[in-house]
Amino acid sequence: MRWSATGTRRSATTPDGVPTTDRGASPVLICRHQGVRLAVLATLDSGSRAAARGWSDLAIRNAFILPTIAFLIVFNIFPLIYSLGFSFTEYRVSLQKPAEFIGLQNYADLLSDPAIWRSFTTTAQYVIVSVGGQMIVGFGLALLLNRPFKFKGLVTTLLMLPMMLSPAVVGLFWKLLYDPSWGPINYALGIGKFEWLSNRVNALFAVAITDIWMWSPFVMLLSLAGLSAIPKSLYEAAAIDRASWWYTFRRITLPLVSPLLLIALIFRTMEAFKAFDLPFIMSTASVETIAIKLYQMAFQGWDTGRASALAYIVLIVVLCITNIYVKYLNRAKER
Amino acid sequence: MAAVTSRGQRFGRPVAILAILAVTLIFLSPILWIGATAFKPRAVATSVPPTVFFDPEVTPFVKLLTKRVQLKQPVAPEVYEAAPWWEKLVYDGGERVLKVGDEPQLSQYPNRFLNSLIVSIVSTVLAVSMGTITAYGFSRFKIKGEQDLLFFILSTRMLPPVVVAIPMFLMYRQFDLTDSHIGLIILYTAFNLSFSVWLMKGFIDEIPKEYEEAALVDGYTRMQAFFKIVLPEAATGIAATAVFCFITAWNEYAFALIMTNRRAQTAPPFIPSQIGSGLPEWTVIAAGTVLFLLPVAIFTFLLRNHLLRGVTFGAIRK
Repeated sequence: MRWSATGTRRSATTPDGVPTTDRGASPVLICRHQGVRLAVLATLDSGSRAAARGWSDLAIRNAFILPTIAFLIVFNIFPLIYSLGFSFTEYRVSLQKPAEFIGLQNYADLLSDPAIWRSFTTTAQYVIVSVGGQMIVGFGLALLLNRPFKFKGLVTTLLMLPMMLSPAVVGLFWKLLYDPSWGPINYALGIGKFEWLSNRVNALFAVAITDIWMWSPFVMLLSLAGLSAIPKSLYEAAAIDRASWWYTFRRITLPLVSPLLLIALIFRTMEAFKAFDLPFIMSTASVETIAIKLYQMAFQGWDTGRASALAYIVLIVVLCITNIYVKYLNRAKER
Repeated sequence: MAAVTSRGQRFGRPVAILAILAVTLIFLSPILWIGATAFKPRAVATSVPPTVFFDPEVTPFVKLLTKRVQLKQPVAPEVYEAAPWWEKLVYDGGERVLKVGDEPQLSQYPNRFLNSLIVSIVSTVLAVSMGTITAYGFSRFKIKGEQDLLFFILSTRMLPPVVVAIPMFLMYRQFDLTDSHIGLIILYTAFNLSFSVWLMKGFIDEIPKEYEEAALVDGYTRMQAFFKIVLPEAATGIAATAVFCFITAWNEYAFALIMTNRRAQTAPPFIPSQIGSGLPEWTVIAAGTVLFLLPVAIFTFLLRNHLLRGVTFGAIRK
């Protein structure tokens, strides 16, 4: 790589290419056969002439990207490394005792603890009920809305409202709606004093219904995008062939929408796996998801070492799902 | 979505229209119910059967914003007459507004609301400005391992808040950042930064490179081209990204619950905590909820054409 200032303006540089200014002009960077100095490096393409006038493209690129990477490393990755250390120790923040190294003991204890497995089971059940419900309701809504009608934009936006709201506050007011003695839901359904949030099974469904209410519009939004991209000619051809509605749906609609449905499915699975706000506000005792268990262990039991270990187990699961998600996201982007 | 709305205004089959109407009503009914509750007299809010039609009043909002105590005996008529309208409303409810001198004492709600505003706005500005320049870097320059870096950035967003909160809490304790605005701002900025990079990259990718190249030929430096050509072109994208970041920070609950308890507590952990003490006054809680949800509802309308992009991190655009 060789860039140098063009024209008559030659500026002085230190031997290793440190930028210097030239009579108050903008800084000029001259690099001669510089080796790779940073982990993130690239070759210059366009605009290298401009680079000679202002900051070099390389300098700009690094100045633009490195602060973000550094910020994320300092405030996200470093803390995680910090807690990885604690996950191998017996440590309580509430006590003055220093952390004591116990190797993999925390992990072994957690994986043989039936309470943890119960939490994982609850989480899995919650994911299946709530994400399953969202996929069905959301796709159904999309099929219903995928036609021209008056105020379509307004209706779609109104339906989006629930997913933009704070889950904590949504959980709170659904608690009011679910109230067994005077809640409007029991009255509307005519089911007397049905206890929505008291036992495990009911509460799981109650919280899942709230989550379905919040996030079906998300599935709907993605499905609508997929549906509106299907060429009309396919349906016309199917109509000429006198294909049944079901056949058209199975052979044209579903396959063409499925990439977006899959993205919605993975994203919602990941989010539901992390579920904390809604179940925590609505029914901590009955729907003990893994995130709630983690919160209780870390911030109510103050069992910092073990909680760090559990956090790592959760983290690995989430990163796996994220990986799959990004893969499909990139694939959808390429289309 | 915009393209879809413009396509034809004719009515579809009446059955489908009716179904759409019904579904929209069902979806909105929880929000409408909480909105109505915020204007109900106290006794009406928890009546059996539920009351749909009532005389709306603003008492819950007055109660939400002031500190009150129960009246031991009815207030003297001359005092009642002299009181401003909002104080009369509280007297009518059998309560009295606490005052320092002539000024009514405010409840904690305005303070929590203000905390939410400060934390959300500052973290949004930070996340969007850093995110925009980083997105430009990713969009315009070749970077070794670009996909891996972008995945790394996105993965920080996917971390469950409780997982990040454990080590952050330990670190904040050492630097005395628990229950501070700055502590929450850092967390929210980190959380929104990755989202902002991904979304802005989508927007900047759409600005033709030729614009800047023309500017470079005209003698602009790359920096000038960025500030004078790219930023104005990306203005809509920046605004949309900022609104998304604001909403995320505004709604965030887990970090706020763990990291704050008084001084810097935001509205999401505060509003549910009102239930804990005694018989919950649902009308007041509903009033607090309505005020809190209102900005998000307005923003959702402003964002309507960018929602799909926002929820897919800029990957799918329409």
